[in-house]
Amino acid sequence: MTTATQTTRAAAPARPGRRRRRFGRDSTENAVFGILRWLVIAVLVIATAFPFYYMGFLSVQGIGDVLKSPGALWLPFSRLNLGAYLTVLQPVEAKGEGFLGFMANSAVLAVGTVVLTLLITIPGAYAVSRLRFFGRRQISALFLAVYLFPSILLAVPLFVFFTRIGLNGSLVAVLIVYVSQTVAVSIYMLRNYFDTIPISLEEAAALDGCSRLGTLFRVSLPLAMPSVLANALFVFMFAWNEFLFALLFLIDDRSRWTVSLGLDELTGNSIEIPTTVLMAAAVITTIPIIVLFFVSERLLTEGLTAGAEKG
Amino acid sequence: MTKNTLTGGTNHVLVPPGTGSSGGRSRRPGRGSLRRSEARAGMALIAPTVVVVVVVVVLPIVWSISMAFQKVRLLNLRTVGIFGDYTLQNFVNVFTAPGFVTTLLATLTYSVLGTGFSIGVGLVASLALRKRFRGRGFVRALMLLPYVAPVVAVTFVWQIMLSPDFGFVDYWGQKLFGWTKPIAFLSQQTAHVSIFGVNVAVPIALLSVIAFETWRQFPFAFLFLTARIQAIPDSLEEAARVDGATISQRFRYIIWPQLLPTIAVLAVLRFIWTFTKFDDIYLLTGGGAGTEVISVRVYNFLIGNGDIGLASAQAVILAVVLALLVGIYLWRFGPKEEGVS
Repeated sequence: MTTATQTTRAAAPARPGRRRRRFGRDSTENAVFGILRWLVIAVLVIATAFPFYYMGFLSVQGIGDVLKSPGALWLPFSRLNLGAYLTVLQPVEAKGEGFLGFMANSAVLAVGTVVLTLLITIPGAYAVSRLRFFGRRQISALFLAVYLFPSILLAVPLFVFFTRIGLNGSLVAVLIVYVSQTVAVSIYMLRNYFDTIPISLEEAAALDGCSRLGTLFRVSLPLAMPSVLANALFVFMFAWNEFLFALLFLIDDRSRWTVSLGLDELTGNSIEIPTTVLMAAAVITTIPIIVLFFVSERLLTEGLTAGAEKG
Repeated sequence: MTKNTLTGGTNHVLVPPGTGSSGGRSRRPGRGSLRRSEARAGMALIAPTVVVVVVVVVLPIVWSISMAFQKVRLLNLRTVGIFGDYTLQNFVNVFTAPGFVTTLLATLTYSVLGTGFSIGVGLVASLALRKRFRGRGFVRALMLLPYVAPVVAVTFVWQIMLSPDFGFVDYWGQKLFGWTKPIAFLSQQTAHVSIFGVNVAVPIALLSVIAFETWRQFPFAFLFLTARIQAIPDSLEEAARVDGATISQRFRYIIWPQLLPTIAVLAVLRFIWTFTKFDDIYLLTGGGAGTEVISVRVYNFLIGNGDIGLASAQAVILAVVLALLVGIYLWRFGPKEEGVS
């Protein structure tokens, strides 16, 4: 490879006429960045994975082992102790922490949020993508603004409102709030996908006598399934992970706690509960999300960034 | 419109014709009644979404502003209405409450550094993972874990790792780096470190929560920057390579200009979200040791003091400061960015 001489249009300021030496800038940089790249990858992998490894690691030993050797990173197989999981999952009556109940609450909330959000936003996104009506553009802007609004600003009035109508402490209140928090992203993601479906398919269905709703459910929706699925996963994760509104609305009644709220409340009095048990609780909170994420990673990232790379 | 916001209106020359945008849809102007029925259907389909957003988001915001001007406490909640005795007392109280300036400064430091670091790390990560290698897909998925994992669980692990009693970090710090005594990362406000004989007060707890924020949020920047980098045609870089541009030059003159609009949008989004962030700091430090950001303060006013008016006023101030900062940013940098595309 010779030094370039025809550097007329390239943006890079390659100097014409200069001979490349054996250890020129290019080969030095190639070597340096080649090494640096692997170094960065190694550091990033350790930094992202380590807290999760540590979480699992602490949860499978006795509390005595943790206190005795705080710097340990592995443990002999013989000292494996799964007692913490038993304690966490068992109901309070059996001297456990009742995490199974929290998981049920979280699951109900998350699934409910997914179903309601999709029921509301699929027609909405379809309308924004396909139909011309008054205020269509403004509505997109409104939803975007909503998504950017600080949730803490909503916390105060919603707290007052639900307290006054007597819904404070009920899962329904939290469900409504969750739906309102996810509709904006949901509409955005679905609309982007509907935009990529050729309209001729729908016109063909319409010519064959399909009604507008029929077209939506028989033609567009099946085609948009990947996006709908990605959306459902995203909403599920949001609802499962959410903390602020669960804290505000559900804290008074232990039987209504979600996993996130339960974990926070248990760590609040960690003097009584051993760290290993709390770690087991953290693992139980995290595992469904990690499993879901690894199963659907492709779908999810593509759904989120769809359109973002095209501009 | 929303689509362009995410990329900040990138180079349109690079868009393959007929992909993505809704522009490909061409519709012959129909008869009037058809058009009207279409409009009716559109409004009917969008109505549920609008209702939810208006009832659960827009109205509460309006009410929140109204309550900021009233004397409302948790105890006299039953008597609150839209119309009451309006007063500016809440705002006076917010400004004169002890720690107002500290809170504002902590929030600013937290958001600026949190935004900068998370985008920086995200950029480095997306560049490092650019070239294919065995297991890249897995590593990429791994990078996103901090972002998707439940915040309560990861903050708890960080708390344990950084604990001065039996924390992993302090143990190895003492062992490897010769720290004389454990550092309480999350509960110590400042530490005096002497650098070249100059005593500098380092805000330990604030830096710790910023480190956490970077760890948790860099995947977001990573995700969008990776998507953007993949969309840059190889031919551009190949041409530069043939012309003898080195790696750093190719980054500086080819990749960087392409990424700039995405980075600008990411900066705005991340800044807004970090500025209003509540969970992370509340869970890590509870707002202690100089980490009380505005949103944590709103919560403390609401639940701790039971003073709804005060909490609303503080929340409104949060929104106003944020709107001002973002407004200044867009006014200062917005037009230039559009000029590029």
